[in-house]
Amino acid sequence: MIRQTSRLRGGSGSALPGLVVERMYPRFLEDMLKQLPDGVVIVTGTNGKTTTTKVITGALELLGKKVLTNPSGSNFTRGIVSTVINNVSIVGKLEHDIAVLELDEAYAVQFIKRVKPRYVLALNVMRDQLDRFGEVDATARLIQQVIASATKSVVINADDPHLVAAAKTSNAPVFYYGVDVSLRAQFPTDDELLAKLDKKPIKQSNELLVKLKAYSHNTPTFLVDKKAYVEPFQIQGGYNYQNIAGAFALIKLVIPSADNDEIIEALAKVKPAFGRGEIIHHNGKHIQIILVKNPAGFRQALIAHDEKEDVFIAINDDYADGRDVSWLWDVDFSALKSHGVDMVSGTRAYDMALRLRYEEVPALHVIRNITSALDHYLANSKQPRLKIYATYTAMLAIRNYLIGNRDLGESS
Amino acid sequence: MKKIRILNLYPDEMNIYGDSGNVLTLTRRLQWHGYDSEVLFLHPGDTFPESIDLVIGGGGQDSGQQKIAKDLQRIAPNLRKLADNGTPMLMICGLYQLFGHRFVTDKGDEIKGIGIFDAETIAKDKRLIGNIVIETDFGRVIGYENHSGQTYLKNKQKPFGFTIKGEGNNTDDRSEGARTNNVFGSYLHGSLLPKNPVFADYLIKTAVEKKYGKKSTLKKLDESLTHRARESAEARPR
Repeated sequence: MIRQTSRLRGGSGSALPGLVVERMYPRFLEDMLKQLPDGVVIVTGTNGKTTTTKVITGALELLGKKVLTNPSGSNFTRGIVSTVINNVSIVGKLEHDIAVLELDEAYAVQFIKRVKPRYVLALNVMRDQLDRFGEVDATARLIQQVIASATKSVVINADDPHLVAAAKTSNAPVFYYGVDVSLRAQFPTDDELLAKLDKKPIKQSNELLVKLKAYSHNTPTFLVDKKAYVEPFQIQGGYNYQNIAGAFALIKLVIPSADNDEIIEALAKVKPAFGRGEIIHHNGKHIQIILVKNPAGFRQALIAHDEKEDVFIAINDDYADGRDVSWLWDVDFSALKSHGVDMVSGTRAYDMALRLRYEEVPALHVIRNITSALDHYLANSKQPRLKIYATYTAMLAIRNYLIGNRDLGESS
Repeated sequence: MKKIRILNLYPDEMNIYGDSGNVLTLTRRLQWHGYDSEVLFLHPGDTFPESIDLVIGGGGQDSGQQKIAKDLQRIAPNLRKLADNGTPMLMICGLYQLFGHRFVTDKGDEIKGIGIFDAETIAKDKRLIGNIVIETDFGRVIGYENHSGQTYLKNKQKPFGFTIKGEGNNTDDRSEGARTNNVFGSYLHGSLLPKNPVFADYLIKTAVEKKYGKKSTLKKLDESLTHRARESAEARPR
């Protein structure tokens, strides 16, 4: 049976083989994943899933594990079935030790009906694509179900009040990671984005398995077992280091024998996921692409903004971006005031330009078509460094323009 | 400099879909028109401030709505007084619903409103989500709606407008929002005011004239960017 279905491989990431296998062998997913000696990890939350999943996968591999993971964007159950088909041997065996799966909360609640994860890592609950999920409280309830399904351990961002509340009903022991109180203002929760900022930590420091103590642009300092670990990373940005604190905690639980120096060295070597802070060199220009999809993520990206760089913002409103662009009004763009924005593009370029107008941030050019906008920008700019903030489909289009379709799902 | 005082109701509980953009639009446009502005925030339990020229309220989750419902009853006499004397107000989504008589949640609980609009809202299974265009006294108003509550206007309650694209108040008629005197309610979030400057300036002009007399004027602002944002939003699928 597996032999037959293995012939259906090929359309990697496509849902079709998954559909066929599911018809012929309804317990395929359960039976295959059951074989993994270290079980299944679910990484969920609104922001940072793709990067965190890549960091955990990359670090576990460097630490000697064979890891099964789902390519970003195929994080629905049938996509995971396809991932398994692509990796299972002809006799129905998975050679892997562990699966690390990125699942958004809506898909995760479907997945856990079939497979109970051994570990759940929950990063944050932010307002994101509300036209798909409804409201933030509903999202928090979904994550609560995912947390409750973990059989061995749960790892939670201690600075997110939604998650701390959701973890109260966990059956498995809960471990926390968080940021130092001095950094709290840089990591606002969704409620704090709008409300008065309450800098009081939700969890006390001594309850944290891993704490992000400080960071510079590429070097985080983590506090683990009362000792500081400082290491330059391939991945940049405070918001990534917050999530990597969670990855660190999770890896400690998965491989209790690994020492902290080994773990941080492995974490530091992982490169950014495509379009998530990925750096592309194009015609002598240093271009960094940052995926933005909600107020919290955009705001955190802007905190790290360097005034010397040119700025290109591309906002699309296709389904994968979220049809509703009202969230742009919840982002504070004042960091861009002095340099201005060199190009605004995407289907909702004019909504974005209007947003900048009301922030009194100058926008030099507005060209809706992304290809034309890039042509125009690259032909006229003399600045060697560019930062591009783009929604999901805009990011794909920009990446495709700059480097073609190669390496999709992997960063170079 | 002449100053307009704006009251923002419950900014922590009722501000979910970029509603803060409405307040920003008012303060910036006042500035561009040559007026000063001051934004006051009303949190549950706060004393209702004096000499308010404009009132703004946003949408919230059901939990936020329940948190503020009781407090809204407390300040209802102040709001009614302002409504009666022609003070402009704009209430979006959740607060629009509570400016009607009542809101019946999906669990069947009834949240009492303050009845400035002769309307009631019932939560339904289907969320009404998408781009929306309505025809109003201020021309076409363009925005985005996302609500499970469906509002029914009663008797002679005037709507804010009629839908050209999208659902509006409910799936049964074409009405969208409500208008009583200068109090406006609407489901159009996505920050209604930035893309609809004619309406924004109506609220501003009403507030300015009420405070400083009929001779007060507004400047003509360059809206070419706004027109392009309106055109592209209007052309997007639902």
